[in-house]
Amino acid sequence: MKQILINGNPQEIEVGASLLVVLLNNGQPTQRLGVSGANRGGICGMGICFECRVTVDGKVVRACQTGCREGMEVWTDAR
Amino acid sequence: MDVLVIGAGIVGAACAQELTAAGLSVAVLEKGEPGFGATAAGMGHILVLDDSEAQIKLTAYSRHLWHSFGPSDRTEFRTTGTLWVASNEEMGAIELRRDFYCKYGVDAEVVGQDQLYQLEPALAPGLAGGMRIPSDAVLYPPTATIELLDRAVRSGATYVRSEIKTVGPHSVELMNGQTMEATHVILATGADATKLLPTLPIRKRKGHLAITDRLPQPLIRHQLIETGYLQSAHGSDQASVAFNLQPRSTGQLLIGSSRQFESSPEVELPIVERMLGQAVCYVPALRDCLVTRIWTGFRAATPDGLPLIGPYPEIAGLILATGHEGLGITTSLATAKLVLQHVTGAKAEVDPTPYLPDRLSPAT
Repeated sequence: MKQILINGNPQEIEVGASLLVVLLNNGQPTQRLGVSGANRGGICGMGICFECRVTVDGKVVRACQTGCREGMEVWTDAR
Repeated sequence: MDVLVIGAGIVGAACAQELTAAGLSVAVLEKGEPGFGATAAGMGHILVLDDSEAQIKLTAYSRHLWHSFGPSDRTEFRTTGTLWVASNEEMGAIELRRDFYCKYGVDAEVVGQDQLYQLEPALAPGLAGGMRIPSDAVLYPPTATIELLDRAVRSGATYVRSEIKTVGPHSVELMNGQTMEATHVILATGADATKLLPTLPIRKRKGHLAITDRLPQPLIRHQLIETGYLQSAHGSDQASVAFNLQPRSTGQLLIGSSRQFESSPEVELPIVERMLGQAVCYVPALRDCLVTRIWTGFRAATPDGLPLIGPYPEIAGLILATGHEGLGITTSLATAKLVLQHVTGAKAEVDPTPYLPDRLSPAT
């Protein structure tokens, strides 16, 4: 098994697994904060709703459209 | 009942607020949600526009009304100013426009190349300058509409969720067959006005908007528009796009604009591609921004680019408040003052004549 970092914590993953699925399976039902500070999270799982935005290696991406790569750094504080 | 207002977009909500404040009994009829038609597809740019004397007078008056609207967090009103950006060839026209604004008492300043890039460093190189309109502003139209409607309801207006089947003399018939009567009926349903009055000279003019996620640092400060915008706004029947970029108070960027005579509401990717391409030409850093939503709406376009505000000659008691095309957010408050004048005689600060519906012949 390979690892990624989620908010600084190591997490074992399978390379190519959907990052959204990994987050959902690891206690991250929401992945970002809305404009008023409320928790928001992916709804559609297919790249349309843009609600699962996370920061991966410094860039904001949709978790559902991102496959896990070894050593990837993920932060769930994207606004 | 003194007045029935049909439509709770920003124009209908402004009319309801103004008429209620004048002591009239008012009911607002809306088939969907307040502010979710053309209002939600407006950028919320409060600007003075100079296409004609009647237009500059109406927009300047209405911008003044927005500045005096009173503080409200809900409108998200911010005086960002407008910066019209110009190429070398467009600079001559800019000076003429500045003179026109000044003639009508609107502050406008010609900006040279150095000042342009000081004001907005994110603009692409190669522009010559522009014109800054410092008192132009932005707001968030859906919540501004709800604020207007709440003010009306707090002062005694009633809000009814219902669709209209027909309009008659001093009355409307609802879809459920019920009839409501009032001394005055205000039709403020935007481009949908032709559903009730098929011969109104109004065409649906579709627009696309795109919005980014929140940027960590502000990229621009003014609402930026290309000087060619007016050609796009009033030019041919072909689909056109023009650069129009607005900094939202949330840190997002709202990207416009497109114009086409078209009645299907679908997002059209070829148009979006042209619109975003034009925006990237003017602000190259947009290439790295994430667009999270794209949507469309319909402007109510009239043949002469001016709204229809005033009595509809063929139906007693019916007053139109539609046909605002791309300026309905700005001119909503002035429209409400003009409607009040038609209802009570209380004088608005602009001459109502240029906006009267009977100036135009019916569509065939």
